[in-house]
Amino acid sequence: MRIHLIKAREGGRAGGYVLRRLGALLVTMLAVSFLAFGAFSAISGSAASLRLGTQGTSEQAAALEAEMGLDRPLLARYGSWLLGFFTGDLGTSLSYRQGVGELLAGKAAVTLALSGLSFALIAALSLPLGLLSARLEGGPLDGLHTAFNQFCMAVPPFFTGILLSYVFGIALKLFTPGAFPGLDHPRQAARHLFFAALSIAIPRTAMTVRMLRGVITSELRRDYVRTALSRGQGRGAVLRRHVLRNALPPVVSFLAQTMAEIVAGGIVVEQVFGIPGLGRMLVASIGNRDYPVVQAIVVMLAFWVALAGTAADLVNARIDPRLRFSQAETGGPAA
Amino acid sequence: MLSVRNLHVQFPTRDREAVRGVSFEVEDGEILGLVGESGSGKTVTAMSVAGLLDGCRRSGEIFLDGAALPTGRELRSVQGRDIGVVFQDPLSSMDPLMRVGEQVEEVLRLHTNLKRRERRRRCLEAMAAVELPDPERVYRAWPHELSGGMRQRAMIAAAVIIRPRLLLLDEPTTALDVTVQAQILELLRRLNREEGLTMLFISHDLRLVRKLCNRVAVMKEGEIVEFGDTEAVYRQPRHPYTRRLIDAIPRRREGMRQEDSA
Repeated sequence: MRIHLIKAREGGRAGGYVLRRLGALLVTMLAVSFLAFGAFSAISGSAASLRLGTQGTSEQAAALEAEMGLDRPLLARYGSWLLGFFTGDLGTSLSYRQGVGELLAGKAAVTLALSGLSFALIAALSLPLGLLSARLEGGPLDGLHTAFNQFCMAVPPFFTGILLSYVFGIALKLFTPGAFPGLDHPRQAARHLFFAALSIAIPRTAMTVRMLRGVITSELRRDYVRTALSRGQGRGAVLRRHVLRNALPPVVSFLAQTMAEIVAGGIVVEQVFGIPGLGRMLVASIGNRDYPVVQAIVVMLAFWVALAGTAADLVNARIDPRLRFSQAETGGPAA
Repeated sequence: MLSVRNLHVQFPTRDREAVRGVSFEVEDGEILGLVGESGSGKTVTAMSVAGLLDGCRRSGEIFLDGAALPTGRELRSVQGRDIGVVFQDPLSSMDPLMRVGEQVEEVLRLHTNLKRRERRRRCLEAMAAVELPDPERVYRAWPHELSGGMRQRAMIAAAVIIRPRLLLLDEPTTALDVTVQAQILELLRRLNREEGLTMLFISHDLRLVRKLCNRVAVMKEGEIVEFGDTEAVYRQPRHPYTRRLIDAIPRRREGMRQEDSA
């Protein structure tokens, strides 16, 4: 998505880039929320009849639709829903007869903690392991390492989740599977979430390590490395001072995409570990045809992912000066 | 100054040696040209001198002012300090994520104890010496913000800032357009004349070598086939390969513009 809200100029150019990215984020979020709203509106005609059950007449359905505001045009409903979204009024859950906002608030916090923790694990593990992996390339341990990496990539989070629950939950009793203590007990909750996050993080870490290794080994073949070596700089110093920085932008973008995977993985892992987050709620609400809840969760998760993407773009622009201005200067394919 | 004796280089993936017993000397204060077509071994020879060849078998001796070039960790104290290198493509030779000034003064950071301020002062000086306009601005610029000629001037400044004993130039003008090429040659000539900088100039272009170098070595298939004063070699080539190289230079008379061959 590329928009030119502000034309970059000498002086405030970097600031212009930030504004443009934030503008793009806003547009993305609007588009996503409209799509989510539109999709659920398409099936919401049946929501009224669903509540009435098989006994309801079409008159009753029409009355209920009017009561629920479903007879108004799509854009009008979207407008008031959007307004509600930003003022915290997300409508009423059909199955819980409770405000969607208060229903989801605690669950969103849990999901946020789970995906934040998963992300932190992935980032903290894959940078040093990626460097190590690049160093092992071609060495005697390379085959073993690659095999282990592929193994880690292949294990699905739900399986690791079950395994971790058994080993650390049931055997070692570090947490109680299925009984999430709630965020009011931060220590126990953190332990519970840690193992859930670990099962999400393992395959993604393996992928990030593999990617980082590829980027580093290809960066090592670049000319500027030879220049740095010709100045009498040691290999390790060249790696830290030049290569790592150059290898970072693609990895940052990859980590942002990982956020989407974390969110998706979280839906499953929340089930396995019995964590009352948005994922579990989403699955339950889809089963109940509770479209106001589904809609709100989908939009929240989409916002979270889009936010990660924008954060990655801004981080990369800090790392690489060429990314800051390229859009405005060349109109090129920088976005 | 620089003395290369019976240098052999073989890459593991090739049957034939890339360099097959090359010997030559670069004298103090001269510019020696090393010419040959691609694959003749001229760049491999230069990279051996710079200590930048990895993963290949090397034999022979390289002396710098009478001392054998060290190996391993000690080699690093010579690289950059005693031997400066300028490569072909100044854009890819620079770290795109580091400001130009920091790259130009990198050798000072590695080989001297100069403080940041003093390094900066020396860097601005070196940039002015290679005729970079507005050194203060160039110091803070990113590589992609400079023109090709400015980038190569900055790379030359980076190589000579510490006054190395020998400057290796590996096709330093090949990636530049003709007018810029002439300016860079002029700059090199001036550095040689005024600073007494000794240079090994590698090129596939005999015309450039003739403009710049006192003496020339012609390489073919890993061997030096002809060696002598540039003018003498140019006027009366003894080896048929040199003859062909000279004949390959397009002349204005033949209705070809010089630019076409650049």
